[in-house]
Amino acid sequence: MSTAPTTVTLTIDGQTVTVPKGMTILEAAKTIGTKVPHYCYHPGLTSPAMCRLCLVEVEGAPKPQPSCVTTVADGQVVKTESDKALGNRRGVLEFYLVNHPLDCPICDMSGECDLQNYVHEEGREHGRGAEPKRVFGRDDFGGDVLFYGDRCVMCTRCVRFMSEVEKDERLTVVERGNRSVIDTFFEEGLEGTHWHGNIVDICPVGALVSKDFLHKARAWDLAHTPSVCASCSQGCNVDLHTRDNGVQRVKPRENLDVNGWWMCDHGRHDYEWMNRGDRIEAPLVRQADGSARAVAWKDALGALLARSRELEGRGVKAVVSPRASNEDLGALAELVGALGGGEIVYRSERAAEEIVLEGFPTLARRKDLAPNVKGAQLLGIHRVGSDDATGGLDAVRAHDGIVVVLGDALEDADERFGSSAALYVYIGTHAAEGAKSAHFVLPVTTHAEQEGTFTNHEGRVQRFWPALTPPGMARPAWLVLGALVAELSGEPVPRTAAEAFAALAEAVPAFGGLDYGTLGARGAVAQLPAAATRG
Amino acid sequence: MAYPYVSDREARVISRGFGDPMQRRVDTYVQRGGYGALKKAFGMSPDQVIDVVKASGLRGRGGAGFPTGVKWSFMPKQPTKPHYLLCNADESEPGTFKDRELIRWDPHQLIEGCLIGAYAIRAKHVYIYCRGEFFEANQVLARAVEDAYAKGYVGKNIQGSGNDIDVTVHQGAGAYICGEETGLMSSLEGRRGLPRVKPPFPAAYGAFGMPTTINNVETLCAIPHIVANGGDWYRQWGTEKSAGTKLFCVSGHVRKPGNYELPLGFPLIELIEDVCGGMRDGNALKAVIPGGSSVPILDAAEARSCKLDYEGCVSAGSMLGCASVIVMDDKTDIVKQVRRMVDFYAHESCGQCTPCREGTSWAAQIMRRIEDGDGTEKDLDTLMEITQQMVGTTICVLSDSVAPPVQSSIKKFRGDYLARMRSLEPAGVA
Repeated sequence: MSTAPTTVTLTIDGQTVTVPKGMTILEAAKTIGTKVPHYCYHPGLTSPAMCRLCLVEVEGAPKPQPSCVTTVADGQVVKTESDKALGNRRGVLEFYLVNHPLDCPICDMSGECDLQNYVHEEGREHGRGAEPKRVFGRDDFGGDVLFYGDRCVMCTRCVRFMSEVEKDERLTVVERGNRSVIDTFFEEGLEGTHWHGNIVDICPVGALVSKDFLHKARAWDLAHTPSVCASCSQGCNVDLHTRDNGVQRVKPRENLDVNGWWMCDHGRHDYEWMNRGDRIEAPLVRQADGSARAVAWKDALGALLARSRELEGRGVKAVVSPRASNEDLGALAELVGALGGGEIVYRSERAAEEIVLEGFPTLARRKDLAPNVKGAQLLGIHRVGSDDATGGLDAVRAHDGIVVVLGDALEDADERFGSSAALYVYIGTHAAEGAKSAHFVLPVTTHAEQEGTFTNHEGRVQRFWPALTPPGMARPAWLVLGALVAELSGEPVPRTAAEAFAALAEAVPAFGGLDYGTLGARGAVAQLPAAATRG
Repeated sequence: MAYPYVSDREARVISRGFGDPMQRRVDTYVQRGGYGALKKAFGMSPDQVIDVVKASGLRGRGGAGFPTGVKWSFMPKQPTKPHYLLCNADESEPGTFKDRELIRWDPHQLIEGCLIGAYAIRAKHVYIYCRGEFFEANQVLARAVEDAYAKGYVGKNIQGSGNDIDVTVHQGAGAYICGEETGLMSSLEGRRGLPRVKPPFPAAYGAFGMPTTINNVETLCAIPHIVANGGDWYRQWGTEKSAGTKLFCVSGHVRKPGNYELPLGFPLIELIEDVCGGMRDGNALKAVIPGGSSVPILDAAEARSCKLDYEGCVSAGSMLGCASVIVMDDKTDIVKQVRRMVDFYAHESCGQCTPCREGTSWAAQIMRRIEDGDGTEKDLDTLMEITQQMVGTTICVLSDSVAPPVQSSIKKFRGDYLARMRSLEPAGVA
């Protein structure tokens, strides 16, 4: 029995390409590294083929063909760089500049603008436009979005995102011809929508800009570091854009298995905490007079080891934050074991409802508002407290053995928290009221300052990379805890996050078989126990 | 004398009811043999109807001149989804006023043509998209459809034939672009009137996503006559490739402007000199646009040798388009005329495609500057180039329509442009 061929072989710029049937010429060209310039096309949206920039020459076709909607055919000969194709692009780019203002020096998009790039690459050296430019001015679209009408290239990606992906039609094109302009319906604007930040990302020029980022930094001054959004358990892949050791903005990073090209507005704007200044910068050891003294790591860990050896067998009660990485939590679990065992709990905020992105339904702002809830669960750590991450710590409060807190800010605790414990160790990033009674306060890094992995709601283990330099003496928690475990158990000290992850993969069956090096930027799914897969 | 002007050179087939207020009444129409062709068509198979239309050589009268029978044959033969026939009555090409008259004077002729067309393409629903500004035509058409329903010529089980065909009149809301077939479909569906990329073609994925055929009013009006009398009968007029009769909308500087139905292949100069009574005030002929504002302008010499059929106009250097003949005498300001046309396209561009959105208004700005006396010869080069950049690069052909008037006028009437510029040169400069 013969089956219809599922691939098509064609020639693009003299190169033979074999791609799946039904693919567009534009996508086929991408597979050999040829980027056909385009504006209106976006892989996550329908394509109206109206920017006319992606026209390519197809042998035998009477007119240049829009590569974003023209599907590949066997034996097709496509030329993306022929005189005709180039001539068309040069012409179209000139048309864009008839009305597009050359205000790049004050435009937020400058440096990452597709119009700027294309014109520099292929445009005419000198414009012929001598007529006055059309002026629309500026409009507040509500939410985080400002609209600079004069810069708009009328690609309508924003309109299509709102209608096709968010499925909440808040934007439209009004008027026609070159009076066409994107507008909101009356005064409603984008207020109250949850995904509108994405239209700023997909705007190819500086027409839609973020109010939050407005005039904050130039694109070329920003370093981009791949990371994972820590705002909920979806685990959206993001890039942290940093400058002057601060996160300036968060942008989604493409990963079709998790978030497509998108992220929610809550996650997008949940970054200021990474820039907070009130950090714990040195290990603090409580003195006999009750004051805390900053000491070197060696001294702090030495004293801590000595004290914990005295208390072995008194039992450990630990509270962790599901904002800590898998490696951090794994190292803590090891430490609790090395100290003779005990109970580990976590607290986290939960939203009442999920906010699903209707046009990309595998993406939602999840109920669990922390990035590593599933990771904690896979380590056998169970949840206590209420949905606002308070309460549930009565047993810990009353414990007279060893109390360890990792990452939980203890917002509902006062300075007496942990005062019943024989040894109270607070491992955290920021100064907390509930850490005042701690015998040892150990400064650790946030996920933005260290390497590691989070496990998202479906069990996907995803890596993040350090984007910021940690303050003072703060170290990753896996390193601090690993050093303690090594002293107590005689195992080697993990020197890298990869080694910490390897130790975790060996110790915890769910992570077994996963390799830090091959997780890559897209992650891999952990082996979920049957009960845990219920989600 | 009747209907504003008539001529004995005419071959009045579809325009025979012009000027007769009785023709629009259903009783009169039936009494004069109306709806007979429909009955005949119902006695044939849909494919036989298509064959008759193919044999007649009828070509689309909306401007593109595509053979109607061939277009109908693109529709699926075994319907799996509803089929639609769309009648394009959104007549708005500058210089064109034939469809309005066909609807005003003889609405049942159109309805009968629509019904036969629907039967041939296996559609059960006809939409007539009528230009919104045609208030009277809309009223007449709505009344005629109502009467046809009442008399059982439209609706369920038409005249006991077992065929159900409904007719809906849809009023446009004022955009030239909705006369473009895919823009018309978008508008009919209740969206912005934006043309769509082809493929998919309407015969596969048209209005409401269903197989659809779109025909011009004049095309459909010819159908009852062709079905009643046969393809050969229709070929007694016209040429081998351009068969039949055609309505010519003559406007401009002639003594008797108006609609004239003539056999295709009719000499343009005889239309002007004989049928229309010659140039007004005895002025000399300067230029003719034979097919509406989007075709190249002919100068007087070209006009004298031009035959009015699809091929004749092309060999004269223009196109027949929808046969809207705009005649200009030697008092005409060509620069101003062309500027007005470009303004029209800039105003009517839907704004999707960049070359059209930006190009039409840019060209209009330059034309305006030249008209105001501030242009230079370099502007003419720029105009030639940018209008060329607008040809073949967009979804629909609105953008392509700017090049012919601009380019042909610069080539053929360059002196008119230069005169605007010289007037500004300071005295004494050689």
